Amino acid sequence: MTPIQPVVAHENKRRFKLIGRYTLLVGLGLIVIGPFILGLWTSLLPTAAISKGALWGKLSFDNYVTAITTTPILRYLLNSFVIAMVTTISQLLFCSMSAYAFVFLKFKYQRPLFALFLVTMMLPFEAEVIPNFATVRALGLLNHYAVMIVPFLTTAFGTFMLRQNFLQMPKELKEAADVEGLSHWQFYWRMTLPYAKISLLTLAAYSFLSSWNQYLWPMLTTFSDQFRPVQDGLRQLQGQETFNNWGMIQASAAIVVIPTLIVLLIGQHYFKAGLNEGAVK
Amino acid sequence: MTIQLEQLAKTYADSEVPVLTDVSVEVADNEFFVIVGPSGCGKSTLLRMIAGLTSISAGQLKINGVLANDLPPKARQLAMVFQSYALYPFLTVAANVGFGLKARHFSAPEIQQRVAHALKMVNLTELKDRKPKALSGGQRQRVALARAIASDAKICLMDEPLSNLDAQLRARMRLELKQLQQQLGLTVIYVTHDQVEAMTMADRVMILNEHQVQQIDTPINVYQNPKNEFVAQFFGTPQINLLTATVTGHQLQVTPDFNLAVTRPLPEGTALCVGIRPNQLQFKLTSRNANARIQTVAYLGDKLVATARLSDDQAVRLVSAETTTLAPGDLIAITGAQQVVLFDNATGKLITTEQEVAARATIAVG
Amino acid sequence: MQQSLSGKAKTRPLTPANVTVGRRRWSERGYALLFLGPSLALLAVFIFWPMLKTLYMSFFLTDKFGHITVFNGLGNYRSLLQDASYWASLGATLSYVAVVAVLTIVLGLILAVAAQQQLKGIGFFKTLFSSTMGISVSVAAIFWLFAFNPSVGVFAQLSQALHLPEINWLADPHFALLAIIITTVWMNLGFTFLILFGALQQVPRSLYDAADVAGVAKRTQFLKVTLPMISPTLFFVTTVTLIDAFKSFGLIDLMTAGGPSNATNLLVYRVYQDAFLNGSYAQASTESVVLTLLIAVVTLVQFKLFGKRVTY
Repeated sequence: MTPIQPVVAHENKRRFKLIGRYTLLVGLGLIVIGPFILGLWTSLLPTAAISKGALWGKLSFDNYVTAITTTPILRYLLNSFVIAMVTTISQLLFCSMSAYAFVFLKFKYQRPLFALFLVTMMLPFEAEVIPNFATVRALGLLNHYAVMIVPFLTTAFGTFMLRQNFLQMPKELKEAADVEGLSHWQFYWRMTLPYAKISLLTLAAYSFLSSWNQYLWPMLTTFSDQFRPVQDGLRQLQGQETFNNWGMIQASAAIVVIPTLIVLLIGQHYFKAGLNEGAVK
Repeated sequence: MTIQLEQLAKTYADSEVPVLTDVSVEVADNEFFVIVGPSGCGKSTLLRMIAGLTSISAGQLKINGVLANDLPPKARQLAMVFQSYALYPFLTVAANVGFGLKARHFSAPEIQQRVAHALKMVNLTELKDRKPKALSGGQRQRVALARAIASDAKICLMDEPLSNLDAQLRARMRLELKQLQQQLGLTVIYVTHDQVEAMTMADRVMILNEHQVQQIDTPINVYQNPKNEFVAQFFGTPQINLLTATVTGHQLQVTPDFNLAVTRPLPEGTALCVGIRPNQLQFKLTSRNANARIQTVAYLGDKLVATARLSDDQAVRLVSAETTTLAPGDLIAITGAQQVVLFDNATGKLITTEQEVAARATIAVG
Repeated sequence: MQQSLSGKAKTRPLTPANVTVGRRRWSERGYALLFLGPSLALLAVFIFWPMLKTLYMSFFLTDKFGHITVFNGLGNYRSLLQDASYWASLGATLSYVAVVAVLTIVLGLILAVAAQQQLKGIGFFKTLFSSTMGISVSVAAIFWLFAFNPSVGVFAQLSQALHLPEINWLADPHFALLAIIITTVWMNLGFTFLILFGALQQVPRSLYDAADVAGVAKRTQFLKVTLPMISPTLFFVTTVTLIDAFKSFGLIDLMTAGGPSNATNLLVYRVYQDAFLNGSYAQASTESVVLTLLIAVVTLVQFKLFGKRVTY
């Protein structure tokens, strides 16, 4: 009954629509990763070519070799990695413990203390660097890993996020544990943490990236390449290479960006789920 | 293990209205004790007070003679099965069953042995390495049971453990639960809103309503001698008929053409509430001396359930053999009842019960 | 820990002799101390104490070592309010924050909507769109410094090729802030996309089905169904973006160092300059207090609107 002609026309229209959609996606994708591609591309070009404004030339990994052999970029990466790892693990521990206290324990001043945690989320660390600098100087922590870890061992945000998650645990699970006689520590360690695995992973990804992206604080408190994390390290490189060895700088940037992209790819799924949960629900 | 409740009461800190008042009972060793009532009557609260999950506001709780009001749940040596089963999604069946034993520092071989035994009792041995997610509702329920068994506690509290199962499975599990209780010699306190569960499983039933105990007795006694209208209505399907009647001489006049002869003298003119179970109501299909008209008829396979209307428009439920031919519009004559239960119209409290009561269309003289 | 009963004692009969009563409450308190203590102590040392100290210092004058000298009352605030360059900083910060928020949300929403399409390979584009989340501040700065470079950058080459007037982005006071805004928005996109994408996914399909059956146009569906449904998330993303923008420091230090002629001297950068470069600790503290107030207001609005959902 249906004539063939309209079907073909319909098919064509559909195909055009499809092409249009992909064009849109590719276009948006290019805008988003354009600067990144540009950087990656130039990192493979000889600096001489870049300085002339050329975007073509002989591709090689020379810039990477130069960056690795002549700058402490790998040391910076290692520093950042150590700092971010320790910070992440300790945040997972301390935040989950304080979240547990707010959800499963009953104690005096529980509500005011929780309010205090909420208030903390309003206070930007950036506005408190002056006394904090004095504190770490007095503690003798300057220019050491500890100075970039100790102030960030715990966060109110992490506590808050995990608390939201713990609140969603069915209360029967805690009651069953009470009847069975699990102590708080046992319930925390063996039941709550496994139960909140996804939120913990989200928080881990978040903590790692926040620590990795620290800039102001390490800049104020570290003075040697031995402890300098990668963000401030890159700044150091830029400062030294006054004559803009663009190829090498781009190569260093690429070396730095790769680990975070890996963390992101792994953590993306959890990140989305967890943040939506913690923030909006 | 015995459990004594002495005038237990619960009032939450942020409210003045008590959730429970004056609950007293002694649950005997090896008894299957059911607490039943509509939602919101406080039955779960009572169970949680016994478990130690909710604090006791007044009265005494004694477990095996020991005052347990302030004992933490763990020290009360009991097991509990929750409505939602409270299984840990990240633990295997076996780990869920054994999870409390580890906390109590049992040795690994003993844990293994107890878990294996408990799983065998509920026929789950083959599924011991699965996660709860991979189990059916009935299987999850068994895991929760196995956990209670493994704990070796002699008291088991159950909070609507079957309410998430489908009807067939529920019927089967009722029998299994009861068997298990007897095999293990458990003292069970079982909370449900389902009267059939209460009737089929209980040694004794406690009926709660509006924060108060209505009656505590065996299922048969509760059914036959309900202490008040609420209890009478709560048990039995179809529901008991509650008709208003006036005392006229030795008879109860429900309507001018429907009178019940009672032996017990009652003050003339009092209004009463007459309870008659539908299956105990006797009637004849006849237009002579008829006092009711059939309204609806439902065929249930083994019996008929019908409703009829009296001349004053009160509805009456009837049950009859499946062979009876009844149709809406038919006239019937109610001829008597195997038993009637009389309640005070104002308080709803039981006055008396009478057996083999005859009904007449007119008031007998004398 | 709560009870002396454990192990084999469990199987003993329940008699008064082997149960201990009344230790439970102490134990809860002990746990509270154990669980909450570390976090509380850390926050006290690194958040509360410095906040109070900053507030305290804002009422005094300080020497170049940051030591308090003379009580100055509200003097620091008065001089701050009379400082035209501070007002310029505040103005630049507010316009930066506002433009960044608007652009981030609009672009993030476009990406999120585009990624909703049911197409083959959409997962690849989702990863692409969220990728800037993994790009740290100094790397972003390098990429964009290169792009904005007046001799070799793409923008310069593009305007050359198209015979447009050449802009020296980072050296021109009219464009430097815009350059920072573009870079910030770009960095924000990944996170914003991810969150908004998640919110769009959670709008029940049935709402669209109902709208389709009722013959509601797609655009109207977006305005009347999608936007209201994701409005809590939109609001959340907005406040997070605002707060982050108020705290911007890295990009400025890396790309313009507050210049040219203070065009990008935003509030945090100013605090840093006054305290650590100029040694005016009291002034920097005063500026910190103002910054905190601004951020606190945004956060409070966020809490207020999410209060019902966020706290129980």
